Amino acid sequence: MATKRMNRATPILMAVLVAALIAGACGGPSGQSGASSNDSTRSDIRIVAVTHGVSANPFWSVVINGLDDAARDMGVSVEYQAPNTFDMVAMSELIEAAVASRPDGLVVSVPDPDALGAAIRAAVERGIPVVTINSGEDVSAALGAFAHVGQAEYDAGYGGGERLADAGVSRVLCVNQEVGNAALDTRCQGLGDALAERGVPTSVLAVELADPEDSQQRVAGALAADPGIDGILTLGTTGAEPALAALRDLGRVGTVRLGTFDLSTKVLEAIRDGEIDFAIDQQQYLQGYLPVVLLTLYLETGTVPGGGHAIPTGPGFVTIETAQQVMDLTRRGLR
Amino acid sequence: MSRRLARVFARPETAAAVGAILIWILFAGLAGPAFRSMAGTASYLNAAAPLGILAVGVAMLMIGGEFDLSVGSIVGVSGMSVMLLTTELGWSVWPAIIATVVLCLLIGFLNGLTVVRTQLPSFIVTLATLFILRGLTIASARGFTRRTQLGGLDDVPGYELASLVFGSAPLAGLRVSIIWWLAAAALATWVLVRTPWGNWIFAAGGQPEAARNIGVRVGRVKIGLFMTTALCACLVGILQAVRFTGADALRGQLQEFYAIIAVVIGGTLLTGGYGSVVGAVFGALIFGMVRQGIVMAGIEADWFQVVLGGMLLLAVFVNRFALLRAQRAA
Repeated sequence: MATKRMNRATPILMAVLVAALIAGACGGPSGQSGASSNDSTRSDIRIVAVTHGVSANPFWSVVINGLDDAARDMGVSVEYQAPNTFDMVAMSELIEAAVASRPDGLVVSVPDPDALGAAIRAAVERGIPVVTINSGEDVSAALGAFAHVGQAEYDAGYGGGERLADAGVSRVLCVNQEVGNAALDTRCQGLGDALAERGVPTSVLAVELADPEDSQQRVAGALAADPGIDGILTLGTTGAEPALAALRDLGRVGTVRLGTFDLSTKVLEAIRDGEIDFAIDQQQYLQGYLPVVLLTLYLETGTVPGGGHAIPTGPGFVTIETAQQVMDLTRRGLR
Repeated sequence: MSRRLARVFARPETAAAVGAILIWILFAGLAGPAFRSMAGTASYLNAAAPLGILAVGVAMLMIGGEFDLSVGSIVGVSGMSVMLLTTELGWSVWPAIIATVVLCLLIGFLNGLTVVRTQLPSFIVTLATLFILRGLTIASARGFTRRTQLGGLDDVPGYELASLVFGSAPLAGLRVSIIWWLAAAALATWVLVRTPWGNWIFAAGGQPEAARNIGVRVGRVKIGLFMTTALCACLVGILQAVRFTGADALRGQLQEFYAIIAVVIGGTLLTGGYGSVVGAVFGALIFGMVRQGIVMAGIEADWFQVVLGGMLLLAVFVNRFALLRAQRAA
């Protein structure tokens, strides 16, 4: 008797499990478009975006807002996928799953071409148009993507160098919170080249991303060791906040000109208050919005702007004039 | 007849097998032809394979009454070890792979020895190794190269053969890792059900005192299990390093939890002494189908973790229920 009841109970519990899955499934669109690009209307166009940014990350949530807004404005459907952690193996599997579902277009970030290259090439081979975003500018064309949308890191560093030079600095420190990250090294290089053209020397200071207290001490130490330093460019907000704290402690806010990459609430407040001169913004909203537009137009008309060259979304500069406006936009998830 | 059926339902892997079939049907409906296509099938089997290999080791260890939270970090260690030995020290691929396997076995041995000697919960000991090994991987990668992503394994002598053994996709997009997975599962199942080692493992996990009294060297069995688990993690690290011709210091993160989830969905009890490797195979398969099926069905990735946690909870309910029934019936 007991066994008979068990036989009945196991499928019931399994049915509950299935119900839970279906409940989860209701959260997203499950449209399947098999229509070819030429005769499809916009509502049939299905674009999948796979990136390395989890949607809880403040930077990437702005990218996702860009994707969603563009999907609404263009009248197409966009699905966003990302691994739970910075896991390139899982990300390549997500791309493979996306390709198996035969979307009309694919948007991918490429932080690790070795791990993701094969999956992206497979998408291209199956005739799916691909746009790379954020990272992978140098490999985008080789992987078969028809466009790349992201910040040109060298140009961004160069622009930062020009701004500091215009402010009249004579010796500059490039504060790098992730030595070894190629994109960040490129930023320092652009900065150094811009300043070298004006005869201003730069040096690189490595700090620890995860240890703001230590970072602050290292910046203070560098300033003590070389009192001639009167300009600092930090490569991210995790460098900017400790650098600003060091300047406050030393009473040198304003006499040492400070610029940074990327935005945070603290950075924006400091710009508004005149403590940081500028922030270099890669305007990642565009990295979500533009690929959807590009893919839709490519599917409808076959057009590719700029002959497939990278489309830069940055550098944009946030200064004391625009800080308040950007803060409002940040609150709305647009910057 | 009903007696035989009852015995089937009392087996630890039955619920997971039924669950796998239901989830296949679910996604075949939700995701349409994409999920049923060869590309879709390859996509979830390929995704399930590395986790499945980890789950084979973790299942045996959990039947033996212990946890290993360091498997994800060992995946990171082994990939990075292969890359540093080849691209930085100039070794060719095969010596680097052999040295890496030895290193992993040593890590497993130390995990096991620490647990057995100190009598501390393995949960805590391997939680410590999780962080130590991850930190060492990042530090050594940075120390040697100032980078955390290394590539270029395909330029190293010996890569051709290694690629065939670890990185190829011999049949219609199905990767060789699936063969490793099924082979590991078959070997582990044979050990568990056909050899005295299997009896010792079940005894060590279920009744360690009684096992000791009848002469089972429980400590030795457990150390062996930790080494087996580390070996499985090592294999996953090598498979990924060869396939992607490089390694990343962060690879394998969270895999320790995914492996435990696959094993628990597969009907193995957290208390030890009860479970099956076949169940863990179905657990990993379910994981792969859900992970990839969600993408193919066009559901936002945010939902994956919700579904994963929900499935874990349900699996635990089902297993407890089935076990209580089985015990009452017996």
